[in-house]
Amino acid sequence: MPKMLMKGNHAAVYGAALAGCEAYYGYPITPASEIAEAASAIFPKLGRTFLQAESEVAAINMVYGAAGAGKRVMTGSSGPGISLKQEGISYCAGSELPCVIVDIMRGGPGLGNIGPEQGDYYQVVKGGGHGNYRNIVLAPNSAQEMCDLTMLAFELADKYRNPVFVLTDGVIGQMMEAVELPEPVEKLPDKSSWAVMGNAETKNLINSIYLGHDDLEAWNRYLGEKYATIEKNEVRFEEYMMEDAEIVAIGYGSTSRVLQSAVDIVRGKGVKMGMLRLITLFPFPKERINVLPDRNVRGILTVEMSNGQLVDDVNLALRGKMISDLYNRMGGNVPSALEIVEKVSELYGV
Amino acid sequence: MAQKTVLRKPKGFMDVYKHKPGTEKDRTHYCPGCGHGILHKLIAEALEDFAVIDKTILISPVGCSVFAYYYFDTGNFQAAHGRAPAVGTAVSRANPDSIVISYQGDGDLAAIGGNNILQAANRGENMVVFFVNNAIYGMTGGQMAPTTLEGQKTTTTPYGRNPLSDGYPMQMCELLNQLTAPVYITRTSLHDMANIRKTRQAVRKAIRYASEKKGFSFVEVLSMCPSGWKMDAVRAQQWIKEKMIPRFPLMVLRDNAENTGPIERPVPVLDPEEVKKVLGYDTFETTGFKKRPGTMFRKVALRVAGFGGQGIMSTGIALANVGMKYGYNVSWLPSYGPEMRGGTANCSVKIQEDSIGAAECTEPNMVIAMNQPSLEKFEKLLVPDGILIYNSTLIDVEPSRKDIRVCPVPITGIADELGDTRVQSMVSVGAFAAVTGMFDPEEIKSLMPTLFAGKSEKVRKLNEEAVQKGYDHVKRNF
Amino acid sequence: MNKQWEYPYPEIDPDICKGCKLCVAACPKNVLVISSKLNSKGFHYSEYVGEGCIGCGNCFYVCPEPSAVTVYLRNYVEGEVS
Repeated sequence: MPKMLMKGNHAAVYGAALAGCEAYYGYPITPASEIAEAASAIFPKLGRTFLQAESEVAAINMVYGAAGAGKRVMTGSSGPGISLKQEGISYCAGSELPCVIVDIMRGGPGLGNIGPEQGDYYQVVKGGGHGNYRNIVLAPNSAQEMCDLTMLAFELADKYRNPVFVLTDGVIGQMMEAVELPEPVEKLPDKSSWAVMGNAETKNLINSIYLGHDDLEAWNRYLGEKYATIEKNEVRFEEYMMEDAEIVAIGYGSTSRVLQSAVDIVRGKGVKMGMLRLITLFPFPKERINVLPDRNVRGILTVEMSNGQLVDDVNLALRGKMISDLYNRMGGNVPSALEIVEKVSELYGV
Repeated sequence: MAQKTVLRKPKGFMDVYKHKPGTEKDRTHYCPGCGHGILHKLIAEALEDFAVIDKTILISPVGCSVFAYYYFDTGNFQAAHGRAPAVGTAVSRANPDSIVISYQGDGDLAAIGGNNILQAANRGENMVVFFVNNAIYGMTGGQMAPTTLEGQKTTTTPYGRNPLSDGYPMQMCELLNQLTAPVYITRTSLHDMANIRKTRQAVRKAIRYASEKKGFSFVEVLSMCPSGWKMDAVRAQQWIKEKMIPRFPLMVLRDNAENTGPIERPVPVLDPEEVKKVLGYDTFETTGFKKRPGTMFRKVALRVAGFGGQGIMSTGIALANVGMKYGYNVSWLPSYGPEMRGGTANCSVKIQEDSIGAAECTEPNMVIAMNQPSLEKFEKLLVPDGILIYNSTLIDVEPSRKDIRVCPVPITGIADELGDTRVQSMVSVGAFAAVTGMFDPEEIKSLMPTLFAGKSEKVRKLNEEAVQKGYDHVKRNF
Repeated sequence: MNKQWEYPYPEIDPDICKGCKLCVAACPKNVLVISSKLNSKGFHYSEYVGEGCIGCGNCFYVCPEPSAVTVYLRNYVEGEVS
């Protein structure tokens, strides 16, 4: 397969093109603009639609329209833009529309800055918009995964008829790495049973209104069951040096890359440290985390670029068996491997 | 079309309103005398008469017509408040042969969705927008709309709309008429039979234009809201005539669809072989170079730094590209933050056998410093025994650290001698190759078509020379 | 429904009619009236007086309720529409 040096942001667009994504609707925002730029360069060459929407809100509603019309469709943004999109994402979830949203997180709250952060965790992983819904959330940590997980995102979106986030930060988006481009998707799923495609066979209805209280409750229960199925089937994580690890670091995205370096340094001192890298944030790998204390793990350190958003979920997963420690940086600061090593040494006396 | 022999519920409506909850699946949810039903009927009739029911897709808004999808036997979407034109845009792009109808009220279209309607109109999307203007928010119980008349009492203008506080009634047709793309803009009314028939003609024309892919049509219809206006339907018709029409004059503002060609959208390429071809799979080289024996570095953690415009980023990218060709794991990370917009720039490059963890080189074992501030900033990050290549053309102060290896190269000077300072990057790449012994200059040169894709032969040759000069300088002097 | 009157004539579904009176006002021959009777929803519905219709279609087009009014025109052939 051909190998190309490319930015994570560009790799996501290649992944989308290879997955048969037929339309990209987006609004410029740093540090995600390169996704729109790459889509504007690549999509027209493939006869696909690229449209720069008038707003983030318009973009997600265009996604709603294209998804309802049975097309694979994507948008990309960063924190403030995702905040604006939340109503539309809730509509997509409530209408069971498959779509892929790439969020290249930046520093917040408010205008914050354009440095890398992971402060969108709550708003993406916990739902974010109104109502009881969940997004499937994939967290790539390399340019290769920006391509591969974007392709997977389309597959999962269609499989569960649900919005899927590709959640990462500016480091992964801006970083260039070698990407092995996979084969394009051969066959797209048939959506004629529910999509609206402008013919007699597909005079369907895309809608999230349930006026009856019991009807809406039943719909929420149905969605809840779907999310439970996703939790059962789609948990993904990666283990690094975990076989004999006594100290376990947990992280995702660019943080996990730093953790890998930190683990190497600590291992070099003869200390058994490993890393659990979360690939899916919803479904959250809670069962894997829950069994960590059952072996001789003596310390769990959650490292995140947000103020305790991730460690909350880690501790929920641990269900009181142990309490995870937290090391975090924010505001555009990426923790360095040495900082983490220092923290490990301070916490666990190694 | 054959002469009608009976006027009955048009086939554009569903026989039974199956999506409507409850038992009354044979009648609408609208109040007595509401104009929505009249306009619905005109649309449903036109869809039947033009035999386009099956290929029509209706976008229902938020407002009283939120349930328009109960009635039309078409494909149906219900959209978020104000967003029907955005939804319709994508629906139309996805199904270019369909007739997309965005059906909206005044709050939905002119208030919360004001920008969406303007922008869809400005793009000339192939869709019909029916804009029901009844000067009030009906669904939420009679609040002020953007089209509420001056002095008109609503539940949120209990003393009458005061232009000094609430602004003036918005004339959407006139606003849209400022744009180039729309093909048909008209305002009609339902206040008497003559005008209902004119509305019927406007509806038919707009739907015909959509079926001929003429672009964006906008039909504003002044319509009765007897409940909101607190008057009976017949009196409401009078109120349109007396109060609304002076503010919203009935007229065709634009009709130039006859001269407009059909809008054709591209056909998506989805065949895998075709996709690979378009993405250039066959042009990527899959073969690489053999790693060179005796290389002193198992891991390169390099920081390149200098002024913006000194080719800092391209030096890093070129080295990562070359490293990739030698089969190393590589990463490149630009300095990331406000400083990327001018001033100093730097990037991190890793080239190594093992998989790469953090991409940022917080402890580089090599630095290429192109100017004095960069030298000062990054020299101190170098690990002991690390290598500092610095641009001796612009840096005349000796590095202060004694525990590192120092390699001054007149990078800018060499490039300048070659006649183009833009080749500084390749001088640096050549110097890097000589210092590390990792890359062969001839092999780097063979990558010029990749590194300078789309550039002229002259540019490539110049850069090849730059690589060689940088390489030779280091080989000669160290 | 069986033919009730001479063509042309309007047929108003008394149960669907919401009694808004728009058709009464729009009828050029004044052959529609509001019934003194109430339908199941409590509306005084509109009804045809039984003669004088000229088949102009006003009542059909002004009626906001899709299935409340049917107008059988002069050239209607029985059985065309059930």
